[in-house]
Order: sequence, then C-alpha cells, then structure tokens
Amino acid sequence: MAYSEKVLSHYETPRNVGSMDKDAKNVGTGIVGAPECGDVMKLQIQVDEATGKIIDAKFKTFGCGSAIASSSLATEWVKGRTLDEALAIKNTQIVQELSLPPVKIHCSVLAEDAIKSAIHDYQEKNGLDHDHAEASEHTKA
Amino acid sequence: MALKLPIYMDHNATTPVDPRVLEAMLPYFTEKFANSASRNHEFGWEAEDGVKLARKQVGDLIGADPKEVIWTSGSTESNNLAIKGVADMYKDKGRHIITAVHEHKATLDPCKRLAKMGYDVTWLEPGPDGIIYAKQVAEAIREDTILVSIMWANNEIGTINELPQIGKVCKEKGVLLHTDATQAVGKIPVDVNEAGIDLLSGSAHKIYGPKGAGFLYVRRRKPRVRLTPIIDGGGHERGMRSGTLNVTGIVGLGKACELCRLEMVEETARLSGLRDRLEKGITSQLEHAVVNGHLTKRLPHTTNISFPYVEGESMMMAIKEIAVSSGSACTSASLEPSYVLKALGLGDEIAHSSIRFGLGRITTEQEVDYTIEKVVTAVKKLLDLSPLYEMVLEGIDINAIEWGAH
Repeated sequence: MAYSEKVLSHYETPRNVGSMDKDAKNVGTGIVGAPECGDVMKLQIQVDEATGKIIDAKFKTFGCGSAIASSSLATEWVKGRTLDEALAIKNTQIVQELSLPPVKIHCSVLAEDAIKSAIHDYQEKNGLDHDHAEASEHTKA
Repeated sequence: MALKLPIYMDHNATTPVDPRVLEAMLPYFTEKFANSASRNHEFGWEAEDGVKLARKQVGDLIGADPKEVIWTSGSTESNNLAIKGVADMYKDKGRHIITAVHEHKATLDPCKRLAKMGYDVTWLEPGPDGIIYAKQVAEAIREDTILVSIMWANNEIGTINELPQIGKVCKEKGVLLHTDATQAVGKIPVDVNEAGIDLLSGSAHKIYGPKGAGFLYVRRRKPRVRLTPIIDGGGHERGMRSGTLNVTGIVGLGKACELCRLEMVEETARLSGLRDRLEKGITSQLEHAVVNGHLTKRLPHTTNISFPYVEGESMMMAIKEIAVSSGSACTSASLEPSYVLKALGLGDEIAHSSIRFGLGRITTEQEVDYTIEKVVTAVKKLLDLSPLYEMVLEGIDINAIEWGAH
C-alpha cells in the first residue's frame, strides 16, 4: 500500500513520543484499542490549570504506520487548545489531513477516541464536568 | 560488490526464474512451438520430446516414474485435483478426509467445500512446534477414511511434518496420502516411495521456474491411484487433466527440478548457514524476538520471527527496502493475524508482529547483514513507540488487561 507523504513524515519522525507521569493531577491519560486488533494508542495531555489549555501532549502507539501518524498528528493538534477545543477535533479532519484510505479510517477514529479519553481522565481526576466527552460522536467518512 | 536495494527475502512466496531455466525454455516459444499432442508431424514430436525430458527431470527429483507426473497450472490446481479427485472417485468407499488446520488455503478450501457437500473432515492441530505427527494421523484414521492430506513443509514457518512416518501409517491402514510439497520439492530430499506418498503437489515458480506450471504426482502401482478429473476435454495426462500442455512452462519446470537436484546439497548448506546467521544476528540483539516453530525440523531457507509488542505492518514499513512477508494480513484490510501462527498457540498480539524471511539462490551474506541491522534498528525504534512494551517494562501483564473493543 502506498502511504501519503504526511503519513510517512509522521511515521519516520513521530512528534511528541514519550510518557508523562500518569498520576500527576494535571495530566490526563487515554489508552484505547486492543492488541488483538493490532492497534493500541496511549495519548497523554498536560493541562495548565490557570488557563485550562493543553500545554503539552505525548503519545505511544502500537499499530500500523497510519495509526502512528494519526496519534502523532493528534498530539500536535491538541497542544495549545482548550479542552473544549480539543474535544471538537473530529476523526474526519485527521483522515483529510493525512489522506488516509478507507481501510485506515479506524486509525483516525482511534486517535479521536484517545484525545477524548485523555481529556475525560483529566476531568475526572479534577472533578470537572465531562458531558462534552460523553456527547461526542464519530463521523465515519 | 555494492549492495543493491531493495532486497528480495520472500522466496517462499515466489522465486526469480533461473537464467539457465529461461535459456532452456526460450526455443519452445519460437522454433519448437508445436502442440505436444500433435503426433503426426515433426513439430509435434519436438515439443513432445521437451515434455518427455521434463517428466523425467521431475521424476528424478522426487523418486517417481516419469509416467506418474501429471502437468497442472501449479500447486493450487494440483491440490484441488488430488483432494476433489480422490474424494469423488472413492466416495463409495468412504467420505472421511483428514487434514490439518495450518495447511495452505489451497488444501483448506477444497476440504471445506467437500465438508459442505457432506464429507466428514478431521482437522488435526499442531502443537507449538508446528509439526503434525504420525501418531495424530493414526488416531484420526477410521474405517471410512479415504484420504489424508498433510503438507510436507509449511509455507509460513517452514516446519517439516513427520512425513516418512505419516506415510507408513497410511500404508498400514490402506489410506491414500496426498502431500502438498510446494515448499519442500527442490529444497530438501523428497522421495515418494520412501515417504509412502500416493499424491504429491509441486510448483515451478517456487523453485526458480516459471509461474503457471506445476505438477501432481499420481502413484501408478501399489496402489494405482485413480482420480475424477476436474477439467474434462481432450483426455491429456491419462485423462486426469485435459488441455493443451503448457510446453514452455513444463520445460522450465523440468530444468528447474534438474538444477535443484544437482545443487541441493551445496545450496542447503549455504542457505541454512545464512538463515542461522540472520536468526542469531537478530535474536542476539533483541531479547524479546522469538523464532516460531520447530528449530531443527524445518526448511533450510525459511525463518519466521515474532517481535512482541511491535506491530507487523509498521515493522514492514520500517524495513521497506527488504521484501518480506508479515504474519499479519493487515494490508488486506482484514486485520486477521496469521491462522498458521495462531494454530501454534501464539497470542494475537504476537501473531500480528511476525515476519517471514525467505532466503534463496540470489541471497548474499551482505544482504543478510544489512537485513539484521535494519530489523534491529526498526524494532528498537518501534519498541520505544510501543505502549505495550512500556507496560511490560512497568511490570503490567498486558494479557490481564480488559481491552475495549473497537
């Protein structure tokens, strides 16, 4: 299969690889996917409590090139956004940015799930309302 | 010599045509173009001579009489003809067939079709070493068993089934034995009489011959095996496979068999040396890498290695200058890990992370060393990226986690 240049770029030099302290109060962690499906993504966000903005993001992904690229891109996109802004990221935007073929759409869905799951974790830890996360729905391209 | 990229390391999938094979074939496209069934002119006789020589060359490689070789388009057709042909011809004797779960699809699917038609199929399962043993076959044989179909060597992991012994069991019980020897013919000694084989499938393109040419060995004496043909027509090949012969392909197949027979000892030593170098180079630098299947009862040129916590497709992407096969069929969008590796009892996450390396006549030591370096670098990079590996390092049992479905 031919990958788009953007997928190759993220795959070859993934942005924001790494881990944060998952027990820290200002860190939210999302782990989605399953090994038997061939994809597991871990996405973490660090939130500035004063501004409510995501100031840093890290990921680790077990999966194909498109899964790695989707999560790498997700970390780039969430940085600098408020939680609500980050929750607004849709998998279809990832599909478009990376030119993912139909068989790889599940990678973008997983990346969107990972963002939501990380935000949810942060909100839960800090006793915040997380209705937004629950209300979200994927748009399948 | 400078290393040329990409490197071909997928010789279990197919092989390049050996220039000596091509040379033998060329005259049969142009000057010696005739239909080998044209008995009444010199053109036909010339083509027939080419086919006759090829029959002998195939027979010599597998210890068969040339008359016992039936030309086909390849092993898929040979397997279909053997299995469906025996099933139909002997249906009044019984309707029970024995095979194994990790056979090639060209054996599994004909058996599944027969099962739908009312035949009873027993699917033997291997242990972690990937081998089917004679004892398993003996225990599965019943009064109404008409055929056992067990491959000689497995295409994904290269393991060799307990064949002379399985043949002995089948002979004792009077059951026909078919073996898909596509991966074994030309690579290791194959003798139909020593191994008690009644039907044997082989293919030219796995042994440096052309695609589209294959054969089915059909025993003529003790017992004389009969088959219901799948393709009816002019009654070629003792009525078992009609259709004008693919003379050029057959000539190439014959030449390919001759070269394999003459060069086998030397080539086996060279390839198993390279294969061991590749395996040691990888496993000594990557502590989690595991070689799948039996470590000695296997083909000299094949190794299947699992890289736990690393996903197969991303791995193939990282070593894209090296042509290999992944245990995972992700690229075909099915997301199904290899059924062969699962049959060995490997977990899904490991079956997803396996690579088959198939060395061949053109493989060099330099290519092997390059492959080792590339694979080790890629796996280390992907382990750094792997959340599963991170959990393992933290002492978390990833099999104990309840993963969400998606």
